[in-house]
Amino acid sequence: MASPAERGFSTPSEGPGVGCSTAPASAEEAAELFQAVTDRTVAIRGAGTKQDWGGRLEPPGLTVDTRALTGVVEHAAGDLIVVVRAGTPMAELQQQLAAKGQQLALDEPVEGATVGGTVAANISGPRRMLYGTARDLVIGMTIVRADGKVAQSGGKVVKNVAGYDLGKLFTGSYGTLGLITQLAFRLHPLPESGAVVRSRVADFAAVLAGIRGAQVVPSAVEVDSASGEIAVLVEGTAAGVRARAATLAKILGGDAGRPDWWGRYPWEPGGTGIKVTAALSRVPGLLSGRVKLRGSAGTGVLYAGLSADTPPEEVARCVDELRTAARDAGGHAIVLTAPDEVRERVDLWGPVDGLALMWRVKQQFDPAARLASGRFVGGI
Amino acid sequence: MGAGIDALAGRLRDAVGADRVLTDRQELRTYECDGLAHYKVIPALVVLAGSAADVAATVQACADARVPFVARGSGTGLSGGALPHAEGVLIVTSQMRRIVEVAPEDERAVVEPGVINLQVTKAATPHGYYYAPDPSSQQICSIGGNVAENSGGAHCLKYGFTTNHVVGAQIVAPDGELVRLGGRAPDAPGYDLLGAFVGSEGTLGITTEVTLRLVRLPESVRTLLAAFASTDQAGAATSAIIAAGVVPAAVEMMDALAIEAAEAAVSCGYPQGAGAVLIVELDGPAAEVAAQFAQVLSLCAEAFEIRVAADDAERALFWKGRKSAFAAVGRISPDYIVQDGVIPRTALPEVLHRIGEVSRAHGVRVANVFHAGDGNLHPLVLFDAGVAGEAERAEAVSGAILDLCIEYGGSITGEHGVGMDKAKYMPRMFTDDDLDTMQLVRCAFDPHALSNPGKVFPTPRLCGEVPGRHRGTHPAQEAGLAEIF
Repeated sequence: MASPAERGFSTPSEGPGVGCSTAPASAEEAAELFQAVTDRTVAIRGAGTKQDWGGRLEPPGLTVDTRALTGVVEHAAGDLIVVVRAGTPMAELQQQLAAKGQQLALDEPVEGATVGGTVAANISGPRRMLYGTARDLVIGMTIVRADGKVAQSGGKVVKNVAGYDLGKLFTGSYGTLGLITQLAFRLHPLPESGAVVRSRVADFAAVLAGIRGAQVVPSAVEVDSASGEIAVLVEGTAAGVRARAATLAKILGGDAGRPDWWGRYPWEPGGTGIKVTAALSRVPGLLSGRVKLRGSAGTGVLYAGLSADTPPEEVARCVDELRTAARDAGGHAIVLTAPDEVRERVDLWGPVDGLALMWRVKQQFDPAARLASGRFVGGI
Repeated sequence: MGAGIDALAGRLRDAVGADRVLTDRQELRTYECDGLAHYKVIPALVVLAGSAADVAATVQACADARVPFVARGSGTGLSGGALPHAEGVLIVTSQMRRIVEVAPEDERAVVEPGVINLQVTKAATPHGYYYAPDPSSQQICSIGGNVAENSGGAHCLKYGFTTNHVVGAQIVAPDGELVRLGGRAPDAPGYDLLGAFVGSEGTLGITTEVTLRLVRLPESVRTLLAAFASTDQAGAATSAIIAAGVVPAAVEMMDALAIEAAEAAVSCGYPQGAGAVLIVELDGPAAEVAAQFAQVLSLCAEAFEIRVAADDAERALFWKGRKSAFAAVGRISPDYIVQDGVIPRTALPEVLHRIGEVSRAHGVRVANVFHAGDGNLHPLVLFDAGVAGEAERAEAVSGAILDLCIEYGGSITGEHGVGMDKAKYMPRMFTDDDLDTMQLVRCAFDPHALSNPGKVFPTPRLCGEVPGRHRGTHPAQEAGLAEIF
């Protein structure tokens, strides 16, 4: 593994200058760093694939880069668990696991992401329907607190209820509570076989109800209202997949094949990306709206994308519409990323339940608000 | 009863109704313990809550008077998590039994905390759905208690634990405020406070309404019972199944002593002379289950007898022996300790041998029942409290088993919780900094440590400067970024 210096970063011992970036190679190094710069604001980054997500940060006094925290610490294939350092690229991890016929069942909708960034931003893709999201797969976590203390929660066994589940608290916390340095995950076997059945449908409601009523146990049910397409993934044994795909083909009236929009967020760099959630039965209603949506109809997590040249007023109107529709559907609409002109006009997060408690959590973990201050809900 | 408690009782009678406030010592005695009956504490008073408003009013009154409170559902917990506080209020939610809504079209059910686990499944079954987490006590344990303990069950190998099936909750925070966490849709914005709350054993507040995920009833369920000469063989078969990429709904193991107890108690008729039996259950689409079941049968080839459940009745019989195992050891021993620890599944044969050594060294019998698929052991440590020194020896064996779990990289509890019973073991599994960090969450929710104090953590953390509920000193607030206080 290349040392931080070889990777072009200064190391803590050299004393990072204000505004510079440094890449600790261990939790202990990161801890020293956090203790050494108690007067500075700190931003955490991995591969930088989601640096534009969440509220804009003031230029930080120090950027902590996780890309020297790499590598699989332990892959206990027989126990279906892996312990991995946070800066490891997802693709690299999956490649190692696949060699033993296993996978971390998290999609990679943003290519190039690190394991830590995937968890910190809580991103998910189509297969969340069967396998859940990061919160369901993280079984242990090592973090460095703002005050430089290193702490661990969970462990490396799947079943474990000893102590608070800090892994869940840190999942999706956008680097505002501390630095994730290492993660333990539960793994799944790579399925023997898989098939996607796709179709253009006139009536999403009827088809989605048909899939829910059938005994096919999909790994993913994805929709794209722009193309009017639905695509369903089943995974399992070769014989089982054949039978289930045949059942699906009858319901969908479609054919096999993965559409090119599968597992990709519907916005380009520089555009506006919106995440819309809803109760399952309300998904078809959302799909008939003016703003085109794509995502997991199987779980009620959809995404909208607006191009960078969409007038900010128009983006603001779309966010309002989606927020109203999502609220009526039992969910939320949050703006994941947007150009600066849009940020001036829209509240990225919308209403947040439990915000007062969230502030109290932030205050305990980061009393001086040094970590990514302003990036998260309600200005946390 | 002290003057402070007298005043509190008066306020509570006004708030929730006199018939819901118990102060009579005989009545209070009913609640002196939970499922871990050797710990007993009589609470100062009991509130039988009938609604979220009752819980909120009670917690508010406790917060104002700085009186500790403890929540209790059905009282089936096995770690003393609902053990009352002698100077505190016990808030009983078992009368909050309303199933508010079953929404199969959303794959959700909304229930009050006193609803019994199995009742959720019964309400959902007519719609083709069920509630997946199935602790062995599911006929009597409450959803509120399941949320507090993050309860598991035999089928969590495939379907996950309570935390994977709770999507929303209304809670009363320890300051008396009603807060909604999560909801009917996934991924509510902000910190996953619900994820931190589930499994916090009543130390972060009390849940008053829970939104649960419902799972489609499987098209096909197939169950086999395989009898092996030894636990080593049964363990090897388990490993082979997992290694083959099969994810069974459940893989359960019992050793010879546990089988003997189950036979004595419920006559489950398992094959005679088995050193271990394995129950393996597969569920899912019929075509999938058929293919995998054939594979599992071949991987159990070392068994000297394999029975395949022909129907639901036979399946129920297989499970009867397993699910009654804890109580059944009462037939072969006057007293016993139910232990709950976790090891990496592959270490199973080795750890079982080590448990055997510990057992022989102390002259204490240990019956083993476990969720073999995920390495969750439930050793039953047998003793006779009437014989001098036996209880202490059993306690020593029980503790040594937890040390083994830690030594092999596992956990001191897989599903029963830390509660009162295992708080002292927490420092063996976690460092001071680990525990201190967990308690930051406690300080955020409950700065005065009123909500179920003395549980989970061996020593409380001083929370330092305590922010008021509507007063904040956070820099982001000063900067005008926060508008919430």
